[in-house]
Amino acid sequence: MRIDLEARAQRSTLREILAPVGAMIVAIIIGGIVVSLMGISPIAAGNVYFIEPLSQSYSLQAIAVKATPLVLIAVGLTFCYRANLWNIGAEGQFIAGGALGGWLGLLTNGGAMQDTLGGWWILPAMLIMGALGGVLYGLIPALLRIKLNVSEILTSLMLVYVAQLGLDWLVRGPWKDPAGHNLPVSVNFDPEATLPILFDGGSLHLGVLLAPIVVIIAAIVFSKTLFGFQVRLVGSSPRAARFGGFNDSTIAIAAFAISGGLAGLAGVIEVSGKIGQLIPSISPGYGFSAIIVAFLGRLHPVGALIAGLVLALTFVGGEDAQIALHLPGDMTLAFQGVLLICVLAADVLARYRLKFSMGAAA
Amino acid sequence: MNFDPQQIQDILVIVITAATPLLIAAIGEVVAERAGVLNLGLEGMMIVGAATGFAGAYLANSTLVGVLCGILAGCAMAAIFAFLTLGLATNQVAAGLAMTIFGRGVANLIGAGFVGLKRQAAPHLYIPGLSDLPLIGKLIFGQDYFVYFAVLLTAAASYWLTRTRSGLTLRAVGENHTSGHSLGVPVRAIRLMAVLFGGGCAGLAGSYLSLAYTPFWSPDMTAGRGWIALALVVFASWRPWRALGGALLFGGVAVLALAFQGLGVPIPAQLLNSLPYLTTIAVLVFLSVRDRRGAIAPASLGVAFIPDR
Repeated sequence: MRIDLEARAQRSTLREILAPVGAMIVAIIIGGIVVSLMGISPIAAGNVYFIEPLSQSYSLQAIAVKATPLVLIAVGLTFCYRANLWNIGAEGQFIAGGALGGWLGLLTNGGAMQDTLGGWWILPAMLIMGALGGVLYGLIPALLRIKLNVSEILTSLMLVYVAQLGLDWLVRGPWKDPAGHNLPVSVNFDPEATLPILFDGGSLHLGVLLAPIVVIIAAIVFSKTLFGFQVRLVGSSPRAARFGGFNDSTIAIAAFAISGGLAGLAGVIEVSGKIGQLIPSISPGYGFSAIIVAFLGRLHPVGALIAGLVLALTFVGGEDAQIALHLPGDMTLAFQGVLLICVLAADVLARYRLKFSMGAAA
Repeated sequence: MNFDPQQIQDILVIVITAATPLLIAAIGEVVAERAGVLNLGLEGMMIVGAATGFAGAYLANSTLVGVLCGILAGCAMAAIFAFLTLGLATNQVAAGLAMTIFGRGVANLIGAGFVGLKRQAAPHLYIPGLSDLPLIGKLIFGQDYFVYFAVLLTAAASYWLTRTRSGLTLRAVGENHTSGHSLGVPVRAIRLMAVLFGGGCAGLAGSYLSLAYTPFWSPDMTAGRGWIALALVVFASWRPWRALGGALLFGGVAVLALAFQGLGVPIPAQLLNSLPYLTTIAVLVFLSVRDRRGAIAPASLGVAFIPDR
């Protein structure tokens, strides 16, 4: 059998919006089949995964808290992927940001460095240092790519492992809490170095508000500025971009800096807002799930916001399903993979018509 | 420091064991990339191969059955990848990432019931007399069967790519799919075969990890080896024999970390463990400084092909 792709005559906005929705539905159906093969009612599982988390205040807050790093990272990845730069090391940039920002939290611990100025400057400085850590870590693959033509795919990914091991060493070594019974954790941050909780007794912290702000700024930069236009043009037709006199290297540096910076910011927000100290592993794979978020959001900042909430829902629903239905936690990971596969296929179907015909493939 | 010859042989045996999965995966990827398909899903295919390989071997109580399960699982993953990239012409980088994320989840699901179980490691060759020779006996005549198969695979891939008509056709497709298509070469069918072969090799490499390297399953046990194998293909300039040399180099680096730890050298374990990744980056940098032109890669690598009539 052969499959032929026939380009659709017109791009339709409706199809563009329906594609990820359709992909989501197909992925849910596949998930339902798998769950029922495991002997669990797919209706019950769907309820636990997708409906129940939306009905409780605490789980809604958990979704917002989990969506924050996903959205921030995915918005950055959107710039990279649009420019055809494959930064797949956001997980490493997240860790680098969390570590560098968190370091300031450790330095100022116990009221240190707060004598003259007080503690008001610590949180903003931590956020800036976190973003800076991500930028610097993200610039390594960017510079290797533009100066030496080394594949940014492999270098950015290799640096993830290096960052994980680096943080592990810091937390087990120099940054370990001396009074921590030899556990591999740092001291707890001072309140001055912790992002405040928005409501008493809740889990929503101040960092959550940063995600929509970043999305709005990114959407304006993306659609309304010359830089946003350059990014999109370099990705969709590099030849035209060169004729237009746009500098590939500058755009690559900027795209990697944005995406590294946002990943780093997400890292320090996670450390300061959710964890409250440095521990050997600060991310349950946000940097990789954000890749799915970026594609599910159709490589647009606003899409990333919606997709980030959807993926966060699967994280929270997955945790609930582990408890309520004894479904394995890796179900979520597998589901996210299926979802990405469906999204990629749906993207093609939005632009092409498929024709199946018998006979040998060409 | 004094090394006893026996110790050196033991270290070399470990180097070869560490190199074997990298080599098998890299050979599969060389063939796929020579056909013009960049399969970034190698890590995912390897981890699924590791999980299914162990599960199959444990349930059937047979290493061979496990190996076949691992290969089939790798092929199944590759079939999904081929449907996306060849059938639907999606971006190969994105599809590869999807396979890796999907593979991690699926592998952990398959392996969930097998965590903590152990099997006997895959059997080693033993030829009375020869295998007991001092210094080289264990090295040449005492490896597990995967090692010999990996070397045969390298030789076969090298011969096939350079000396046969079908190998030449495959390389032509990877260099310029449009010309191939206009000459009536079935571009997508050839690429499908190459991708399936690559997936099978990745599955085999994964099952080596869970059946011979460490004879048990643990989540995320591939630890980036699929990505290192991808770097190895670049390192090898898309040539099988060079991949063998590269695999030994990378295996050596991994073992170096172990050896240092064993000798009690006061270097943080995390730094030693990050050596394979740092080496990969260093090697990629070195290569691109050496070959500034960068023209060795197959010309159509990673470019989607949509046939016109």
